[in-house]
Amino acid sequence: MTKVTMTVNGRAVSGEVEGRTLLSAFLREGLGLTGTHVGCDTSQCGACVVHVDGQPVKSCTVFASDVEGASVTTIEGMANPDGTLGRVQQAFQDHHGLQCGFCTPGMVMSAAALLAENPKPTEADVRHYLEGNICRCTGYHNIVKAVLAASGQDVSGLAAE
Amino acid sequence: MPKDHGIGASVKRREDVRFLMGLGNYTDDMAIAGQAHAVFVRSQVAHGRINKIDTADAAAMPGVLAVLTGEDFKDVGGNPTGWLINSRDGTPMREPKRPALAHGKVRHVGDAYAVVIAETYAQAKEAAEAIVADIEELPAIVDMAAAVADPSNRVHEEIPDNLCYDWGWIEDNRAAVDEAIKNAPHVTTLELVNNRLVPNAMEPRASIGEYFPGTGDYKLTTTSQNPHLTRLLIAAFVLGIPENKLTVVAPDVGGGFGSKIYHYGEEAVVLTAAKKLGRAVRWTAERSESFLSDAHGRDHVTRIELACEKDGTFIAFRTETMANVGAYLSNFATVTPTFLHGTLMAGPYKVPNVYVNVKTVFTNTAPVDAYRGAGRPEATYSLERVIDKMCRELGLDPFEVRRKNFITTDMFPYTTPVGLAYDTGDYHATLDKAMAMADVAGFEARRAASAAKGKLRGMGLSTWIEACGIAPSHLVGILGSRVGLYDAATVRVNATGNISVMTGAHSHGQGHETVFAQIVADKLGVPEASVEIVHGDTSKIPFGMGSYGSRSLAVCGSAVTRAIDKIVAKGKKIAAHMLEAAEEDIAFENGSFTVAGTDKAKTFGEIAFSAYVPHNYPLETLEPGLEETAFYDPANFTYPAGAYICEVEVDADTGKVDVVAFHCADDFGNIMNPMVVEGQVHGGVGQGIGQALCENTVYDENGQLLSGSYMDYAMPRADDVPFYNVDYSCQTPCTHNPLGAKGCGEAGAIGSPPAVVNAVIDALQRGGHSHVTHIDMPVSPARVWAAIQG
Repeated sequence: MTKVTMTVNGRAVSGEVEGRTLLSAFLREGLGLTGTHVGCDTSQCGACVVHVDGQPVKSCTVFASDVEGASVTTIEGMANPDGTLGRVQQAFQDHHGLQCGFCTPGMVMSAAALLAENPKPTEADVRHYLEGNICRCTGYHNIVKAVLAASGQDVSGLAAE
Repeated sequence: MPKDHGIGASVKRREDVRFLMGLGNYTDDMAIAGQAHAVFVRSQVAHGRINKIDTADAAAMPGVLAVLTGEDFKDVGGNPTGWLINSRDGTPMREPKRPALAHGKVRHVGDAYAVVIAETYAQAKEAAEAIVADIEELPAIVDMAAAVADPSNRVHEEIPDNLCYDWGWIEDNRAAVDEAIKNAPHVTTLELVNNRLVPNAMEPRASIGEYFPGTGDYKLTTTSQNPHLTRLLIAAFVLGIPENKLTVVAPDVGGGFGSKIYHYGEEAVVLTAAKKLGRAVRWTAERSESFLSDAHGRDHVTRIELACEKDGTFIAFRTETMANVGAYLSNFATVTPTFLHGTLMAGPYKVPNVYVNVKTVFTNTAPVDAYRGAGRPEATYSLERVIDKMCRELGLDPFEVRRKNFITTDMFPYTTPVGLAYDTGDYHATLDKAMAMADVAGFEARRAASAAKGKLRGMGLSTWIEACGIAPSHLVGILGSRVGLYDAATVRVNATGNISVMTGAHSHGQGHETVFAQIVADKLGVPEASVEIVHGDTSKIPFGMGSYGSRSLAVCGSAVTRAIDKIVAKGKKIAAHMLEAAEEDIAFENGSFTVAGTDKAKTFGEIAFSAYVPHNYPLETLEPGLEETAFYDPANFTYPAGAYICEVEVDADTGKVDVVAFHCADDFGNIMNPMVVEGQVHGGVGQGIGQALCENTVYDENGQLLSGSYMDYAMPRADDVPFYNVDYSCQTPCTHNPLGAKGCGEAGAIGSPPAVVNAVIDALQRGGHSHVTHIDMPVSPARVWAAIQG
């Protein structure tokens, strides 16, 4: 067991972990931050995406000890300081960008990372960026719409072509 | 100005807030003091005789608390099947025991035969590796035709031809159908495969068993669409626990799509282990376990014949299907390819002769059961593909052929030759709407534009119908169901006037917490915020049959409505007493009980308070309290229907298909929340496009699952699908439920696959590849390219 120290959602945390402990497990079991979900264990579904020093990372394929000293943001850290839904979160609710909610934390974290890189993405940009996040409920329509809306673009009357 | 609350308003979902904050409460999120971890040991061979399982080394490893094998469960019951199907000759289906852990034989890759329970997950996982199983490998039975043809090789020893049943529907139609086809001016025949799918809810299955020795109570927290059924099956059939000593909780559940309707062996194992150890025992599937052991969907091999006049007037449909049921019968595996498929084989058409034969076959593959649409996508795909093929053979317009054959609005109620009585519909209206949305007239110009880019463009149509909210209980009982198919709800008005509604339906993405609150608030004239929807806990809810088959609103929503009616009726009695008026003079509207013709009134809150503080109350004739329960058993199925038009572009050099437009005109009857309805259609269409273009479940000849991860099983991703164009303005309300609702959850998955494939064939035909008349799903680049090459 080794001690790991990091900042999670602005709070300094530390814990004893095995070398093989994944960041997702440390967040969920070590810190009780169960908003980060594990949907596939193999870095494909994207439900576990968090930000490490501002970059989107699939936390099921990163060892907790590898992010020693880093700043981690999870879905629990995405709300506004007053506790209301943050911009991306609010867009997901406004545009029905979630159904069962399981992929949602990873979707929101990936979407936020996209908008940080590319504040006015096109539909194609959004679809391409979210390739690593699988949703089984929404057919992606309202997720893409929500991300475009979160970027401040008009999404009324969106349809194919 | 659109409505902002109540029935018909696109109210934003209240459940979203917790999901978006990371505050959802899914099974794997729960940590229980003293919990131990279970890891299952699963067969690596498709078919084998278990000679010996040596658990000694595993049991001695650090942290290991127990190792159980099939031997430990051989004296308890098997996981039963919910529907008895009789073969054409009247003999009952073959129904082998499905044990909680495999015993004697393993029958598919992923069949669990042992479990290790340890202090930590890592310890259990390590110890599972140390179990030494002497399993003598037997030849795998994978192909359905071979399974039936070779009686020497059996999935279950007692079933010589691996056949579960040979079902005919309706057997009395058979001779007339054969005769009609023999004499018809034209017959189109199509052989097709409805590809096997893995449901892939994003939340893997998970279960936590607890046992409380002080009371002898058990608790199972599990990823279920159907907690009451799971309780019933475990209690009455598997473990023999008194039903009132077992609580089943299905908390937030991350999607189901059918795969979480059923009771699975892992649930019985964690309960048994919890009692044995005196500790909570938890298990969460890894994704590879989900691929190997969740119930799969579809997997039909079908030959369909369509007989018609030269002008396209339908004369007869005849279907011969082999349906793969896998190694064991999952709970609704037997009804899915039969009554949920064969009864839909008339479609929305006035065809006089229909016959369906289904042979359901055991193989050494994972069990197959209902997956979004369940039988109805298979029926729709067969019909809409063969109609499309017939139109090409006869040079007829596919839109006009549908119109010519549609049941018309003056014909309802309409009884089909396969036994369903459609109550309402307007199939011309949805087709007209879809054609307007799709700008069918402008297709040629779009095709030319695609051609200028080097792409082949095609348009495909599907006019679908389904049967939702399976019912009524007395009829399904005659047809072999071993359960009733009602639902239940309790409306509890609390003393302070706010309301708790306990529903038998379970929400795992559908938005019940919001939509049922809209209905209750609308009907009782109270704010939506004062209504709480409680679901997924057998200790809180009277009973329920869960959520599947697009039944939640039509069946459970009707139960809620009936319970509200009882609340209003009792409220009127209380109001009559308080207002010193006759009960028949009391009206209830907008949350207020009034005396007709006067200004005397009591608010709903005042009546609720009086019911719990009955100082001025008719105690001689009326009990205090304001809580009502209703069980609602529908008089009939509901029959949503619609028309879907898909446009694709095909790259003839690579075979890549892009869906560039998708238009849905649906008739769901009355709509409670348009935003939620659109979301349901989007999701269904996304899954349907996945089936049509991407997804396939492939076993090799040894029964090894080749598509067992997201690297190998192509889930549709965001850039595989377009925005969808959805309309639900054609509304013919259901005639027999109080909401006039039909159900919308499966429509997209039912209507879309044939629209996509028809569009691909259309693109190839128009592009000069006239030899291509069919490509099996998934219509992958490799298959399209190969078809073009001939």
